Amino acid sequence: MAHKKVNIGKGDYLAFEDTIADIDSQISELTRLSSVKGIDYSAEIQKLQRRQVAEFGRIYSNLTAWQTVQVARHPKRPLLGEYLNLMVKDFRQLHGDRCFGDDAAIVCGTGHIGREKVLIVGQNKGRDTKEKIKCNFGCPNPEGYRKALAKMKFAEKFNIPVVTLIDTPGAYPGIGAEERGQAQAIAVNLMEMSRLRVPIICIVIGEGGSGGALGIGVGDKMAILEYAYYSVISPEGCAAILWRDGTKAQEAAEALKLTSKELHRLGIADAIIAEPLGGAHRNTHDAVYNVEQYIIRTLRELKRMSIDNLLEDRYKKLRAIGTASTMMLPLDDTEKKIEIAASKIIEAGQIKPISTTPVEV
Amino acid sequence: MIKTMAKKAKASWDGFSLKPRRQMPEGLWIKCPGCEKLLFKKAVTDNQDICPECNYHFRIGAADRIKYLVDEGSFEQYLTQMVTTDPLNFHFRGTTYKERAKASEKVSAGKEAILVGKAFIKGRPVMLAVMDFNYLGGSMGAVVGEKLCVAIEKAIVESLPLVVVSSTGGARMHEGVVSLAQMAKTSAALAKLDDHGGLFISVLTDPTTGGVTASFAMLGDVIIAEPGALIGFAGARTIYETIKVELPKGFQRAEFLLEHGFVDMIVHRKELRSEIARLIDYCGKNQT
Ligand SMILES: [Zn+2]
Repeated sequence: MAHKKVNIGKGDYLAFEDTIADIDSQISELTRLSSVKGIDYSAEIQKLQRRQVAEFGRIYSNLTAWQTVQVARHPKRPLLGEYLNLMVKDFRQLHGDRCFGDDAAIVCGTGHIGREKVLIVGQNKGRDTKEKIKCNFGCPNPEGYRKALAKMKFAEKFNIPVVTLIDTPGAYPGIGAEERGQAQAIAVNLMEMSRLRVPIICIVIGEGGSGGALGIGVGDKMAILEYAYYSVISPEGCAAILWRDGTKAQEAAEALKLTSKELHRLGIADAIIAEPLGGAHRNTHDAVYNVEQYIIRTLRELKRMSIDNLLEDRYKKLRAIGTASTMMLPLDDTEKKIEIAASKIIEAGQIKPISTTPVEV
Repeated sequence: MIKTMAKKAKASWDGFSLKPRRQMPEGLWIKCPGCEKLLFKKAVTDNQDICPECNYHFRIGAADRIKYLVDEGSFEQYLTQMVTTDPLNFHFRGTTYKERAKASEKVSAGKEAILVGKAFIKGRPVMLAVMDFNYLGGSMGAVVGEKLCVAIEKAIVESLPLVVVSSTGGARMHEGVVSLAQMAKTSAALAKLDDHGGLFISVLTDPTTGGVTASFAMLGDVIIAEPGALIGFAGARTIYETIKVELPKGFQRAEFLLEHGFVDMIVHRKELRSEIARLIDYCGKNQT
């Protein structure tokens, strides 16, 4: 029984989890022996389990950016479906953009989290091959973004807060997507979400792939799971451009500073949501629970504010991002001389201000 | 089969690249990519960088753009000294982002990929922002976002029409998510302008792609494109590598976007001034 309780890390070990895998195989060997030969190895097993916990702590507190990307893409990582099942009561999906179609890469619907009514907008990558193909591996098309906005407008009308769960490698790069205005669909979402008159909470639960993530990622609060990532470009894409070599993704991941810690430091993420020991995929229930608690707490906080104050704060927050990454150089000597000379000429009245009367076109 | 196709696609690849494309090589004569005729270079530059034979619009930087667009000497620039702090301390292949930025300054019109300021177009005052492809591929980082937001806010305060000329490869990788967030930041500022009833004319020139297209460039009250300009979200190469299907002729060109309903009009470079002036008059702003 003890074995079953701490059944963490069965299969799907990542390359940097060798020691974890070793301990797991030792534990299962001892378990097998005790059942076959009837010898009690429980003390040894407990010791191994304690060592494994320590090992998890050691590895996961020092993940590199590239390792984080691998955890975020882990095939067993909880997807939108698990969050909807475990966290949202009476979920009812609302389909379609009322214009072109229904994009399964973005799922919208009504429901409750805790006691709060919410509109959920989430990206789904799909678990098995069939589902993956159906939802295009989580790469939305324009109709997905337009559906998201249509449902958010519906929520706005009935004063229902919006929660978005972000998990996409990026918006789909396809001929149809371009023909139907992928860029325009995302752009309109950014503009409209910045002034939607209900609270919006955005949470990156896995992959935050560029504009495709941002397209449902503008709101009052932005949180990111501990081992999720959020980036302007995929590490592979960045490597292909800068190193002209897609296999340099590891270096690109480091350079892009895409981990939750860095995003918090840069002021992009307001909060980091802790993941269970060894990553969300080792304990889906705890991961979802942490997200649920964050949403309940944050909703309570946001709902206390008047909507005008909320929007003002939202704008201030968006407006401030990156301002600290700019600075003013002092004018160099020649530039200064030109400036002084110009102001002297203007003062002397040698230059007349330009006419503002319209001229015939 | 696929391999040879890929090779072919690479050879005929004419999309966005971070490497500055030398469309205007040194020397007296240039070959027009449109009609392939050999042209006297001065005849082209005297013609606003348009082929006199076939109207091919050459890609131009911010300095030429401003020269062709605004009333002579009327551009009063703001924030010329604003530069990036390099928030990620980005380095790659033995070089740094700061070094690349510095090198870009030698060929660009200013110290960043956008120039903002007040100008007059046919006597009408406008708040103008012009992106410069010569500076790191016209990419949007924190400085581009900040300068554009200042321009938008000034347009609101001074009740001026906003004209933004885009020429860009998209978000600037070297600033990571900070640059991605500029998409949201500029779009939010444009929502404010919209709430105030301000006019925003977005001019898409060759090339306008990626995160800029997916934010402010597509949010104009009126969207104008230059003939033949490359406009899109994903790079054609990325699309080709994803779907492995030959891209249709004229894909992601201004005419393609017009056909699919994403630009209001295609305007010849020489007509741009009068079209913008006409729109400003039509929308009734700043009539004293
Ligand atoms: Zn020509």
